[in-house]
Amino acid sequence: MSVSELSQPYVALVGSPNSGKTSLFNALTGGRQRVGNYPGVTVERKEGSIERPGGHRLKILDLPGTYTLDANTLDEAVTRDVLLTRKIEGAPPDLLVAVADATNLERSLSLVLELKDLGFPMVLVLNMMDLARNRGLEIDLEVLARELGIPVFPVVAVKKEGLDPLLEEMLRRVGERPRPLVQAFPESAWTLPRHGAEEVRARFREIDRILKLANAAHLKPARWTDRIDRAVLHPLWGSLLLVAILTFVFQSIFNWASYPMDLIERGIGLISEGLRALLPQGWLQNLLVDGVLAGVGSVVVFLPQILMIFFFILLLEDSGYMARAAFLMDRQMGRVGLHGRAFIPLLSSFACAIPGIMAARTIENPRDRLTTILISPLMACSARLPVYTLLISAFIPNRVVWGPFRLQGLVMLGLYALGLVTGLIVAWVFKKAVFRGPTPTFLLELPTYKWPSLRNVLIGMWERARLFLRRAGTVILAVSVVIWFLSSYPKPPADADPGRPAITYSLAGRIGHAIEPAIRPIGFDWSIGIGLLTGMAAREVIVGTLATVYSVEDGGAAVGEDALGRILQRRWSLATGLSLLVYFVFAMQCFSTLAVVRRETNSWKWPAVLFLYLTGLAYLASFLTYRLALYLGA
Amino acid sequence: MTGRETLPDQPLPLGQMRKGQGGYICRIEGPDATVRRLLEMGMVEEAYVEIVHEAPFGGDPVAVRVRGGLLALRRQEASCVTVRKA
Ligand SMILES: Nc1nc2c(ncn2[C@@H]2O[C@H](COP(=O)(O)OP(=O)(O)OP(=O)(O)O)[C@@H](O)[C@H]2O)c(=O)[nH]1
Ligand SMILES: [Mg+2]
Repeated sequence: MSVSELSQPYVALVGSPNSGKTSLFNALTGGRQRVGNYPGVTVERKEGSIERPGGHRLKILDLPGTYTLDANTLDEAVTRDVLLTRKIEGAPPDLLVAVADATNLERSLSLVLELKDLGFPMVLVLNMMDLARNRGLEIDLEVLARELGIPVFPVVAVKKEGLDPLLEEMLRRVGERPRPLVQAFPESAWTLPRHGAEEVRARFREIDRILKLANAAHLKPARWTDRIDRAVLHPLWGSLLLVAILTFVFQSIFNWASYPMDLIERGIGLISEGLRALLPQGWLQNLLVDGVLAGVGSVVVFLPQILMIFFFILLLEDSGYMARAAFLMDRQMGRVGLHGRAFIPLLSSFACAIPGIMAARTIENPRDRLTTILISPLMACSARLPVYTLLISAFIPNRVVWGPFRLQGLVMLGLYALGLVTGLIVAWVFKKAVFRGPTPTFLLELPTYKWPSLRNVLIGMWERARLFLRRAGTVILAVSVVIWFLSSYPKPPADADPGRPAITYSLAGRIGHAIEPAIRPIGFDWSIGIGLLTGMAAREVIVGTLATVYSVEDGGAAVGEDALGRILQRRWSLATGLSLLVYFVFAMQCFSTLAVVRRETNSWKWPAVLFLYLTGLAYLASFLTYRLALYLGA
Repeated sequence: MTGRETLPDQPLPLGQMRKGQGGYICRIEGPDATVRRLLEMGMVEEAYVEIVHEAPFGGDPVAVRVRGGLLALRRQEASCVTVRKA
């Protein structure tokens, strides 16, 4: 955010983690920021504005949750820095909207008191009043407001209840206040006043006093959460359930998404027939059918699978299971020198490594954070699904292995497991060799379970679909056109050897053959080489590229995933197929990830390390796979 | 739950308590940073704490009920907290 933007009056949402700040932000602004039922969902500041009838407009900032201004992690530091105007130029917020979880007042009021001590102009939102009332909260809001000395607004953010009085107060307060706090906190050499252990203790005594006066000292226990936890956190059943959930998710994306995928595929087939019938034969028809439709179509087919994995991850995030998974995994993560908290970014990385890498901000220890960032790309993100699915359906027979388990689904599961296990081993190596240090503290709040909100899940999936389709419509479209051109021209000369395929005369053919020697040892041919180059833009691009290249070569046969699968079956050996599968488990084929790592680590060193070690690992693993497969007669 | 019946007679570190045991915090001491983190999460003197879950494979970490919330932490940090009966 630039200086000029911040020089307008604005309101900031602050509060303990998971108190519902982002839900409130979305409710107030109509925004679509990510919400989830575990501490540490929001890790950057997000800006929005509230439009009111009558032309009023109000700037509002959503911030990462924090227990205290004395920040322990990078995401908490974002909040501290905004409030205390450290690092950023600009002014502190004109009004703080402190958001407290009404079911958790005994703990979440601590930050409110800390902020009040610092003299911020402030109002308090008691969020999740629906849940609090169900648990018997009969708080006297007037007493609470009087004792805290600030106005209090009961709100149900997810149902947009109680927003109007809050909005009015916000508009009134921001309009009236001159900018008050800048001079109070000079930016240099600033130390937090009143943050010692004694002050913290005093704040909790004060909370007890106030809650007693306001008749809100104790809530009924959260019965459902307790019941569910007895199973979910059970030493035996809990671990089995975690394994079962992951197995179910990774199996089912393979087995269940095929119906909508078939539909899309058939649709694309129809369009391509239509185009062939409508357009005269020639370069335009070739470009549209062999280039665009083959390339884009072969990738778009995978949208249902990608949405499915997002659906499952969003359910895990929104229900409250994420923090439990971290708890269950802490011991295993401890073996490789990380702690359970790091499992949350890793699990998110199964959807996409980028939010996973961002979420590593919530890890307190810098060495652990870096280790987590460096292994996140090994978690099989959704962009690998097209590659995995294509190759598995082409090369692995769909035999029933046992009960509901089929070989194809199991291989898929195996690829996920391979990425995860390798990630943990790599973490262990990094922690032993590079980032030695004491074991960090693990402190994590386990929130009560909440029904996943349909709206949040749908928004999350929609955002993903948009991103995916936009990429298909821009990057993949452009790559397909370029690849079509490169593999169609120049045409073979008039005196060409008729036995030699036309594509070997083309530019793509020549580029591919130039890199072929480097990848021949791992069983890749020139077309895969081209695919690896374009696949740097995003992993799924390789599918589009292969489709276009083979389509040009075969005169338009490679439209749709199934067709492409058959072509691969015909052209590649099983050893090559397996080798490419393994390559994609490891290879760092994604510029955006490298860019985010560069931003999050603030150096070129770590993205370079990441790229080199993963590419090296991929090459080595593919080499072994290829040789072994050949040796076994594949 | 059953916490009150199984309170230790002598003050005991929270980190050494089993599932179902609980009591009132009487002391928090240890490395400064750890103490402050624990305090910030509501582990303050006089608060009632109880171990409600133990993680698989050795019962570490534990999930502790404190001030109406559920907090996961390792036994090592939990040992900074001393708990007494009543
Ligand atoms: N029942 C109910 N659930 C709510 C309410 N407000 C938020 N939630 C849920 O509480 C969880 C946390 O909401 P978020 O908005 O992500 O919380 P946050 O304060 O932004 O969390 P961090 O970004 O991690 O600090 C989500 O599962 C929400 O759906 C509410 O008023 N009622
Ligand atoms: Mg948030």
